[in-house]
Amino acid sequence: MDDFLEIAGKKIKNRLFIGTGKFSSYKVMQEALEAASCQVATVALRRVDSDSKTENILDFIPKNCQIMINTSGARTAEEAVRIARLAKAVGAGNWIKIEVIRDNKYLLPDNLETLKTVEILAKNDFVVFPYMSPDLSIARKMVDVGASAVMPLGSPIGSNRGIKTLELVEIMINEIKIPVIVDAGLGSPSQACECMELGCAAVLVNTAIAVSSDPASMAEAFSKAVAAGRLAYLSGIPQSGKIASASSPLTGFLREK
Amino acid sequence: MSFYEVYLQYRDFNLDAAFTKVIPHLIQSALEKNNPGINDFIALISPQAEEFLEDIAFKANELTKHSFGKTVQLYTPLYLSNYCDNSCVYCGFNLHNKIQRRRLTLDEVEREAKIIYSSGLKHILILTGESRKESPVDYIEDCVEVLKKYFISISIEVYPLTEEEYCRLINSGVDGLVIYQEVYDKALYAKLHLSGPKKDYRYRLDAPERGAKSGMRNISLGVLLGLGEWRKEIFSLFLHAKYLQERFPEVDIGIAVPRLQPQFGGFNPLNPVSDQNIAQIISVFRILFPRAAITLSTRENPSFREDLIPLGVSRISAGSSTVVGGRTLGEIDKASQFQIQDHRNVDQIKEMLKEKGYQPVFKDWLPI
Repeated sequence: MDDFLEIAGKKIKNRLFIGTGKFSSYKVMQEALEAASCQVATVALRRVDSDSKTENILDFIPKNCQIMINTSGARTAEEAVRIARLAKAVGAGNWIKIEVIRDNKYLLPDNLETLKTVEILAKNDFVVFPYMSPDLSIARKMVDVGASAVMPLGSPIGSNRGIKTLELVEIMINEIKIPVIVDAGLGSPSQACECMELGCAAVLVNTAIAVSSDPASMAEAFSKAVAAGRLAYLSGIPQSGKIASASSPLTGFLREK
Repeated sequence: MSFYEVYLQYRDFNLDAAFTKVIPHLIQSALEKNNPGINDFIALISPQAEEFLEDIAFKANELTKHSFGKTVQLYTPLYLSNYCDNSCVYCGFNLHNKIQRRRLTLDEVEREAKIIYSSGLKHILILTGESRKESPVDYIEDCVEVLKKYFISISIEVYPLTEEEYCRLINSGVDGLVIYQEVYDKALYAKLHLSGPKKDYRYRLDAPERGAKSGMRNISLGVLLGLGEWRKEIFSLFLHAKYLQERFPEVDIGIAVPRLQPQFGGFNPLNPVSDQNIAQIISVFRILFPRAAITLSTRENPSFREDLIPLGVSRISAGSSTVVGGRTLGEIDKASQFQIQDHRNVDQIKEMLKEKGYQPVFKDWLPI
């Protein structure tokens, strides 16, 4: 069965996106991306170093992997836009994960500044993926101003707590007509699988892979869990136990006559 | 509002009495919370918590991995000038100390910059003594103009400035402010800072807040361990960090707990702090501030520095010199601010980190 996530003309088979921070080395990161056959990897521009004296993270991203630059460090729309333009200027492409954070305690995104950024970048030939707190109204506006997908958080970055925002993300999946990609907080393959069963278009994982004792194997495990969750979603998961059958049918009277 | 009001509010707080109420259950529950608060801090920093140090360190290690993964950021200090108008009894730059005084010329700054740059470092911390005559803001600004050709991130550890002056330096390319109160106990502060502008406790105490108002992105606070009673000092540092984090959530708050080392003038610590105490302090700060940068300087010896990384240290200096012109003009006896315990160069620190399974991070910023 051909099942692709298509964004900006690119067909993505593997719905596990991987973040590239926090690995013990770029080599270990590369092995993880390869082990998962990762097709989309996010890279913080603040970590890109084109100086020849030190390693450049971009040299370790597999060739068939789409780079999505994130705007980590931006506190305002203006700064995020500047980072996106710098990314383009250094040849890192036009796929941008918009991360605008004014809260360094929890690293929760600023949805309003993020929305402004989407509006500016989408008009300027960027493919934009806003990282956001799951809020339906704002997500609708993100769609209106040209977002290619929305990336609601599952739980705070690096928390490994799973999809604590499930109810809100589920509503977004039902109502939003562009891909919903859960980003942040997924700590285990089963949690990633849960998101996919729910109907997410993809998930983005970084910390849980990077800090595991065998990142390559963990990346592969996540990749398989994401594929399994997707397949289950497409196959139609039967409802279980949510609707009980009453011993005396409540609508039995309709058939009595 | 200023942190000074918080300080006054807690000045007579009986921390020792609060410690007597700490029972093992409170320490354990503090370790289980997602968002621990002031009472959890007290439980974890208490003398009783020493018995739970392994559990505390374990939690700190988990949180460090979540926030920073397996990475440690590198920087190096660059001393621009050691002229100083202060007489601080514990400091090598004390104006009464007979040391050779120097201020780097802009050419010398550039020579130092080239040497540091060749080691791969992109983050630099510039330092001066407190002398508005010898190292005025104009001079610091000129140095920043030179340094920003070589470095991605420039932090300052200079005397406290006005909001306008911080703005000027930010506009010229500075993104980080390091300013340690040294000692929060106001009475002791007065005894240790005998003369000079640093005697003004309140002006120094409010400097981080002025920096935050000016738009400084990273602000590091600290106490000089060995001066006041460490648990009380650490409690004040916690209150200060918490105050700034709540008031300026957009600022990256950093923490450092340098420990007093012997220096010219022979001042001995008033309240010695053990290695175990430092392990507890760093772990507890990591638990209360999971995403804060925790810095460890070369005041500590190599093996102890390495042992502390898993507990929460996220930023370390490498290839350090605490002498003005130490990389180009040659070291001069007795002219350092403090004695370095870890003399490893950048390559050696890089190799050590790799061996321990950490990625040495040279660049983690971009001027925007």
